[in-house]
Amino acid sequence: MADTQLLLGLSFVLFALGLVGVMVRRNALVMLMCMELMLNAVILALVTFSLETATLSGAVLVFLIFVVAAAEIAIAIPIVLLLSRQRSSLDVEGYDRLQG
Amino acid sequence: MTIDQLLVYFFGACALLGGVLMLVARHPMRVALALISCMLSLAGIYAMLGVHVVAVFQVLIYVGAVMVFMVYVIMLLDVRDPSFVRRYSRMLLPGVVLGALLAGALGISAIRLGAPAIQPGAGAAPSYLVQPFSVEFLREYWLHFELTSVLLVAAVVAAIAIIRSGRRSDG
Repeated sequence: MADTQLLLGLSFVLFALGLVGVMVRRNALVMLMCMELMLNAVILALVTFSLETATLSGAVLVFLIFVVAAAEIAIAIPIVLLLSRQRSSLDVEGYDRLQG
Repeated sequence: MTIDQLLVYFFGACALLGGVLMLVARHPMRVALALISCMLSLAGIYAMLGVHVVAVFQVLIYVGAVMVFMVYVIMLLDVRDPSFVRRYSRMLLPGVVLGALLAGALGISAIRLGAPAIQPGAGAAPSYLVQPFSVEFLREYWLHFELTSVLLVAAVVAAIAIIRSGRRSDG
């Protein structure tokens, strides 16, 4: 029985994995990819709710999330490239200039 | 248990495996490949649930555009970066504890939800075909659709501004 709870549980676990990845990993690109994993988990939850309520709103929101993900990547990748050109490193622990 | 349910389980397990591999893989290229396999498994789940539009666009946009871009950037950057060798930061222990707490809390809420079961394949309602979906999208959500174009223009302008400011600081 592939029910709502199972799909929701999978979505929650994927979201938690993405959050742990953002907190734990050092590489800026890997952190970006973990953010993508969190967005994917949200999409899975939206599709599940859309199926359960038999409405189209969830699926429409999924498309808006696609747009947000594309825009996020289009902005984040140039920032990461600039950071790596300045410090010649992708290690986020090296970027402590804002630390008080 | 039908073959559809087995396939949903299979794709779910593959997605979970991809998510775990993302945390333990060392090189960013392997992380990207794990994320791509996770996304493809999720697209398989959507297809088995009957939401074919989302499944197709998951493959086209996420795997086809976003992750290809990401893989290209990984190939562009230096592979001898120290962050490619040392995987974890100082936040390893609090991060794992917080993630476990979050997953536990969300899982308990999912269990207490007690939702009615949905059958995979039975969700293939005609409303998830392309035509009614597009009509609904552009009839009910046309304002959101137009606002996304504003968001995309802002993203393009911001990306160009970032690149230009980087050139100016270089010389």
